[in-house]
Amino acid sequence: MSAIDTPVNTKIVARSEESGDIFTLTLQFTDTQEKNYAFQPGQFNMLYLFGVGEVPISILSHGEGDSLYAHTIRRVGRVTQGMSLLQVGDHLGLRGPFGRGWPLAKAEGKDVLIITGGLGCAPSVSIIHHILKHRAAFGRLIILQGVKHSDDLIFKKQYEQWAALPNVQVALAADSSKPNWPGHTGLITELLDQVNLDVNNTLCMMCGPEGMMRAAVKRLTQLHLPEEAIYLSLERNMECAIGHCGHCQFGGDFICKEGPVFSYPQVKALLNKKGF
Amino acid sequence: MPYFLAYEQFNDLIHALNALGYRCLGPQVQDGAIVFDELTDAQQLPWGMRDTQKPGHYRLQKSELNEAFAWANGPQAIKPLLFKPKESLWRVERDATGAFTFKETLPENKPIALIGARACDLAAMAIQDKTLLQGKYIDQQYRWHREHLVVIAVNCSYSGGNCFCVSTKTGPKATSGYDLALTEIQNGFVVEVGSDKGRDLIDSLHCNEAEAAKIAAAAQRSIDAANMQTKRMPKDNSRALRDILMNNLDHPRWQEVAERCLSCGNCTAVCPTCFCHHQTEHPTVDGDGSVHAREWDSCFTEGHSAIHGQVVRDTTEKRYKQWLTHKLGTWWDQFDSSGCVGCGRCVTWCPVGIDLTEEMAAIAGESNVVADKKEKSA
Repeated sequence: MSAIDTPVNTKIVARSEESGDIFTLTLQFTDTQEKNYAFQPGQFNMLYLFGVGEVPISILSHGEGDSLYAHTIRRVGRVTQGMSLLQVGDHLGLRGPFGRGWPLAKAEGKDVLIITGGLGCAPSVSIIHHILKHRAAFGRLIILQGVKHSDDLIFKKQYEQWAALPNVQVALAADSSKPNWPGHTGLITELLDQVNLDVNNTLCMMCGPEGMMRAAVKRLTQLHLPEEAIYLSLERNMECAIGHCGHCQFGGDFICKEGPVFSYPQVKALLNKKGF
Repeated sequence: MPYFLAYEQFNDLIHALNALGYRCLGPQVQDGAIVFDELTDAQQLPWGMRDTQKPGHYRLQKSELNEAFAWANGPQAIKPLLFKPKESLWRVERDATGAFTFKETLPENKPIALIGARACDLAAMAIQDKTLLQGKYIDQQYRWHREHLVVIAVNCSYSGGNCFCVSTKTGPKATSGYDLALTEIQNGFVVEVGSDKGRDLIDSLHCNEAEAAKIAAAAQRSIDAANMQTKRMPKDNSRALRDILMNNLDHPRWQEVAERCLSCGNCTAVCPTCFCHHQTEHPTVDGDGSVHAREWDSCFTEGHSAIHGQVVRDTTEKRYKQWLTHKLGTWWDQFDSSGCVGCGRCVTWCPVGIDLTEEMAAIAGESNVVADKKEKSA
């Protein structure tokens, strides 16, 4: 059966605490019919907490060959507060996958620049997995992650592992930092001057606070990266995930359906306007 | 060939629909407005009632006319019957192991025959069909209601002060979407057939074919209704409004209208095409189950654009801008049409009388008054 209109049952098979308010739940379908479930990196699921409601959460796992789906969640509202209390063995409902993911086919043969801020790093994990799995199809992989404070950094071990791989560059930035912070103290845009971009052969994918993304786009275009080579993942209120409830409209686009990943020229006009 | 349904035969129509398993809803006067409610006898129709509509103004008065459909419209269109204000989407049960079983909930009400829908209401239904039935995803509840609906349209013979369907090309005569379309003339109705269901229905009533004079009288009524309209949508509600709006997001008019707008959401509640809804959860008392439902929402609420603690549209200016740019502008991007059908309900039922044609006129720099009516209205 399809998990588009109505959720299906899943079981929590792993749970990890990423930071004070961020946790990861790894889910497995309990119905064997769901073995056909497949998602594209950048897509999201609607996770359902029994008796409380649904929230849109991006999918971390690469989805090829394994049947475990990790979701990294920040505890911010009623539903995510409740989800943070769940343990291994508990159940969640799941509808999905929804939305249009990252332009991985377009990125083939190119360097890939990933710019993320805060929890924006979560939707990028599936791209990184995909590239590492099909390593020969892509050029250099550059991963930039910015956080407000060095204590906010999650996935620290993964960043270390990725940084150790050949042809992968990882750079971290924190607006303010503790002593011994191995990354840059300052803005993520300042990292762009250090990575030596091949602007004629790079595809950039970014996800994070819109202020950060606007600043990154500005710096990238100053560095002469074409606007068409920039993709962003946007976020708005989403309740139905199928373009019917109206909340995620961004001008004429439904972010849940036409997005969440957009090319920069597609959303440029409204990205700088308040209220959309 | 059109038929003639005499007033005395109107109850036969109701009974024929009942016999086919339909519950008839038709216009009636309730609380000072025309509303659709259970109709079992033609006596319940609003005989002689006429509405006066102005921005923020709706009054019903008994006129000298001995007609059942001498009015323009009430606050409802077809929308509340198909896209219900509240509706269950699915149900979940939790078993002893904590696992869930989900089940879609489909409507269980009796099929409905709506008598008295207007041309603008049918145009709005066609737009909602695009939103909820014709995209990548189908709304199963809407589809159920839609497949179980019979529409007996009644063409307008009168236009209210806020009607502008001539400029939006959605009325006053219904052209599609109905099973039967009636036009009221002396002593009865000229009836046009719009579907096989409508054909079977009219055949069962044994009506006479309408003679030429009656057909001409009916045609004249639609012309008269069209000529009564003084209001229009600038640029005839065309796609041009999209760029005009999106190129004027910093126009001073937004701030000006925001000072009048109460952000109450009445306009979106009466709009026959507005589709925003939020999802709600209703756990059962015993804790073993829960119902996931939806309710109408409005872009004029704070919650509509709220995302983890932030509100994207935190001012009335931003909300009014969202409503108008969507309704008349970006709707074209989404559904290849305007979201406005010229029914005028958002103008009438706005507590402070904000008129979207006037707001659009201020931004487009083109009048919202029909050219040859300018003198009259001035």
